[in-house]
Amino acid sequence: MNVLVFVKQVPDTETRIQIKDGQVDLSSVKWVPNPYDEFAIEEALRSKERIGAGKVTVVSLGPDRVKDAIKYALSLGADEGVHVKGDGVALDDPSCVATVLAAAARKVGFDLILAGKQGVDHDWSQAGVMLAERLDLPHVSVVVNLELDAAAKSGRAKREVEGGTELVEFSLPAVITAQKGLNEPRYASLKGIMAVKKKTIPEWTLADLGVDAASVGPDAAGVRFLEFSLPPARAAGKVLEGDPADTARELVRLLRQEAKVI
Amino acid sequence: MAHSVKILVVAETKLGAVRKTTLEALAEARRLAAEGGGSVGAALIGPAGAGEAERLAQHGADVVFRVEGAALERYAPESYAAAVAGAVGASSPEVLFFAATAQGRDLAPRAAARLHAGLASDCVGFSWSGGGLVARRPVFAGKAFGTIAFGTARPQIASIRPNTFTPATPDPARPAVVELVALGDVAVRARVVGFEASEGEVADLTEANVIVSGGRAMGGPENFELLRKLCKVLGATLGASRAAVDAGWIDHSHQVGQTGKVVNPTLYFAIGISGAIQHLAGMSSSRTIVAINKDKDAPIFKVASYGVVGDLYQVVPALTMELEKALKE
Repeated sequence: MNVLVFVKQVPDTETRIQIKDGQVDLSSVKWVPNPYDEFAIEEALRSKERIGAGKVTVVSLGPDRVKDAIKYALSLGADEGVHVKGDGVALDDPSCVATVLAAAARKVGFDLILAGKQGVDHDWSQAGVMLAERLDLPHVSVVVNLELDAAAKSGRAKREVEGGTELVEFSLPAVITAQKGLNEPRYASLKGIMAVKKKTIPEWTLADLGVDAASVGPDAAGVRFLEFSLPPARAAGKVLEGDPADTARELVRLLRQEAKVI
Repeated sequence: MAHSVKILVVAETKLGAVRKTTLEALAEARRLAAEGGGSVGAALIGPAGAGEAERLAQHGADVVFRVEGAALERYAPESYAAAVAGAVGASSPEVLFFAATAQGRDLAPRAAARLHAGLASDCVGFSWSGGGLVARRPVFAGKAFGTIAFGTARPQIASIRPNTFTPATPDPARPAVVELVALGDVAVRARVVGFEASEGEVADLTEANVIVSGGRAMGGPENFELLRKLCKVLGATLGASRAAVDAGWIDHSHQVGQTGKVVNPTLYFAIGISGAIQHLAGMSSSRTIVAINKDKDAPIFKVASYGVVGDLYQVVPALTMELEKALKE
């Protein structure tokens, strides 16, 4: 089973977002692998281990810093990593991103594609599913459980929906997007970290992928951000202290008479 | 005869009934149509009860595009994307709306990729600018908001976050104009074959009106019983912080925050939650926030409408009792 995993880098979730001239100020951000992609990487490694054959390839699209996300995946046990250079690509537009990722997927080859269900930066939740459509493949999104049958070229997945989980049967190859709960990601071993040093990460350009730059550039973008702003600040609240029974009574009174929410 | 519309809303049904989120989207579509001109359509796909087309009409759809076909018996992204494409072909909308539900979040990107048009997901506001749609949506789980413009492709596609808009009062005088759209054979390579309900939840976190969440100070899974009791009295949905989920005390499906659910209930209780920035991101758009915490310097108190400084093991039972009394009256 050859598994292809797409990872992206996002600002650490502890980041306090700052706005400068209508744009998010990313100058002092700590970049980390997208948390949902960690579940995708882990599931790819487990799928390969269970089946006992094949390889895991990790691909990331973006500027040079995304090599760190690729190295992280390699340290966990991914076999190969590829950096697709983001120059000229409308990286904020999931549609353009999906077009580039689809071309990269064709070049790598795969039986299964895994990605996080969303990037925790712009929260689009689109690229994985769009990628499936570009490649004319079935997809299952927001997956919390995955079983594969390599011989039968099929799988079963559980996806999270309102009030429960849906059980989905699908044929391979397919695109799966990972939700938290799919697995418990492993930590890198010292051996894994050392092994990364020996690996080279090829760089592919749009030309290497046969993608016309104009078809994925700013003018081709489906959506674009005009500007960003911070949410309105919340007004200062009331603080209650003292005897638990008294504060509970006062809180209920405030919720009923002042906030009028119960 | 084909009816073209300015805005098409893809209706979502549950057990054959149109969901409230669809009616919310219709209300916003009507407002936008009143402002920018043009008519509003709804695409009703797959099995739907008698009277559902009328319901869509009474809530604002001028035309209902009824898409039927053998591949639509149960939701599947491939066949439903084909159905959406069929309805778009029949109505040539400039704007296409989905609800940002589990199904809408799955279907909208598939349909957008098929239509080669841009999608703004999880939007909370819209306006017209120079004839084009401008959408407003949270980014970084609500730590910031972005305004979005669309490229030249049409339709301009957006999914709408549940609980954002209020459905219109149904107008029984609005007749249902129904146009049938047939869907041919579609290869479905991923299909839903079953559903497992999670136990005991009244509403999903993303749709809940009241949420009671517990954090690290709960100390262990057994103490969540305190919160379940409070949930029962309030008809609330149980949430949790990442600390509680990562400790293994409660399932990840309860997690509120940047790597969990982004919620916007009327009333949110943060109990024993310090208020890490990634949690605040997921819940700070709640209308009223109550925080109960021993540490009066906890960051959660900065966003709380009402903060109770105290021991949750004393305050929560007292609060449960008071609420029980008050709600009985």
